[in-house]
Amino acid sequence: MSGTRERIEPGQPVVEVEGLGARYGEQTVLEDIDLTIRAGEIHVIMGGSGSGKSTLLRHLLGLNQPVAGQVRLFGQDIARLGEREMLALRRRIGVSFQGGALFSSMTVEDNVAFPLREHTRLDENTIRIMTRMKLEVVNLAGFEDLLPNQLSGGMVKRAALARAIVMDPELLFFDEPSAGLDPVVSAELDELIIRLRDIMKITVVVVTHELESAFKIADRITVLDRGRILMTDTTGAVRATAHTRVQALLQRRPEALQLDAEDYLQRLTRS
Amino acid sequence: MYALTENLGRRVARGIDEFGYAALLLAESLYWLVAGVLRGQPVRLRAVVTEMMRIGVAAIPIVAILAFANGVMMALQGVYTLKDFGAESQVIPGLALSITREFGALIVGIVVAGRSGSAIAARIGSMQMSQEIDALRVLGVNPVRYLVAPILLAMLVMVPALTILANLMALTGGGLLCVLKLHFSLASYWEAVIAYLEVADVMQGLVKSLVFAVLIALVGCTNGFMARGGADGIGHSTTRSVVLCIAAIVIADMLFTLFLSR
Ligand SMILES: Nc1ncnc2c1ncn2[C@@H]1O[C@H](COP(=O)(O)OP(=O)(O)OP(=O)(O)O)[C@@H](O)[C@H]1O
Ligand SMILES: [Mg+2]
Repeated sequence: MSGTRERIEPGQPVVEVEGLGARYGEQTVLEDIDLTIRAGEIHVIMGGSGSGKSTLLRHLLGLNQPVAGQVRLFGQDIARLGEREMLALRRRIGVSFQGGALFSSMTVEDNVAFPLREHTRLDENTIRIMTRMKLEVVNLAGFEDLLPNQLSGGMVKRAALARAIVMDPELLFFDEPSAGLDPVVSAELDELIIRLRDIMKITVVVVTHELESAFKIADRITVLDRGRILMTDTTGAVRATAHTRVQALLQRRPEALQLDAEDYLQRLTRS
Repeated sequence: MYALTENLGRRVARGIDEFGYAALLLAESLYWLVAGVLRGQPVRLRAVVTEMMRIGVAAIPIVAILAFANGVMMALQGVYTLKDFGAESQVIPGLALSITREFGALIVGIVVAGRSGSAIAARIGSMQMSQEIDALRVLGVNPVRYLVAPILLAMLVMVPALTILANLMALTGGGLLCVLKLHFSLASYWEAVIAYLEVADVMQGLVKSLVFAVLIALVGCTNGFMARGGADGIGHSTTRSVVLCIAAIVIADMLFTLFLSR
């Protein structure tokens, strides 16, 4: 196991991305991505639908192989890790996918207990207590025995979050915490993310296209647009920026976001 | 024309791709079955038992019925064909050999391919689409160890076990027909069967069934992992899985028989 689990000091880089490029078949989805995420911060990756946020996340997790560049987590280049080191690394990371990705054949409780059962030798009683504690944290106490298809969208997100944090990760990835949820539930989730960082000292990477939520929770924001990073800065700096395209995104001015004609034609003819 | 050849080229490329993928799955599953224990990440016994129930126990009734009916049909054909030569009593060695060497395993192979070859592809395919496979990976759980290895092991146990059952049921069906048509006693029928059969005959069928077990597990899992594109994709890969499983079984059986009966 990861006995050499040296704790990362606040402010140290946890995620480092250099010159990352990604493609699905012929279509280039990410280009020239440089990004550093530091320990203890809540870092929001923001961008419109289809800008490549989830794809970037998949690369950070080592689920997709990049065509260019590299990703380092906790200082280790993930492309060079063997299976065993990758396993050790992944135990320090929690992930909540965009669709939740709960195991559909297991109850909520079994889903949350799954990492404990796989990676620890704790007895069932302890596992039960730890599972219920995490369900308590995400406000899902009392729903232990439901199956994922019996949950609402917000409950799925919270159950996925409980599973992501059950091993007390140092780094948490959360894809679209508030997409498709009503404002109250989404505000609850935002609070929850902030609380997690404050209490458990987790580094949190949130992917979202919800501006309000992004500005509320973020320490720093990375703005992603059509596969490129426009800027990475503190919330204040992003809000005050003179960058026209970022401003257009922030003020949701569709006309300014329209693609120029040539680009549009290129897109049409590419497929 | 160009589109046609390109399409064909793509199909061949995909075929080779999948073949390699299936080979990797096999190697990796065997690795986990053996080395998983040493690495402290054993293949879960509970998962194996669950798969054994789904693949094997649940298939018992249909295998029993089909094998019995098949035994009756084979005996009937045998009796009528051999009657012309006045050699009806030779129907028993014919039955005994063709069932144990060939048809017991084949019936089981086709039933399991239809039941489990499709179910495995559908289950893994839908896990692939709902990102459950990705979730396994990021939770540090190897999907091959967690999903494929239990299926492979369960297949390797249950398909031969079902084959033994099918052999017995088919021989019983054939026996009952012989009793009716040829006026043997059932006891002397079984005596004759046992006298003719050698261990090697039964083993031949069982070895085949092991090969079928591996083929169904690999084809089902490969089609599941390669499923793309929503509900349509799952439907497509499920159908494909069954068709390929049965094709692989029949072809493997033919090759086997060609080599073994030279
Ligand atoms: N598996 C895939 N195969 C092919 N293309 C893909 C695949 N996944 C995503 N894409 C394409 O990559 C681009 C970026 O997709 P991605 O899912 O990363 O966007 P996103 O920023 O997460 O969007 P959203 O906010 O809607 O979740 C899109 O144009 C999409 O069509
Ligand atoms: Mg997304």
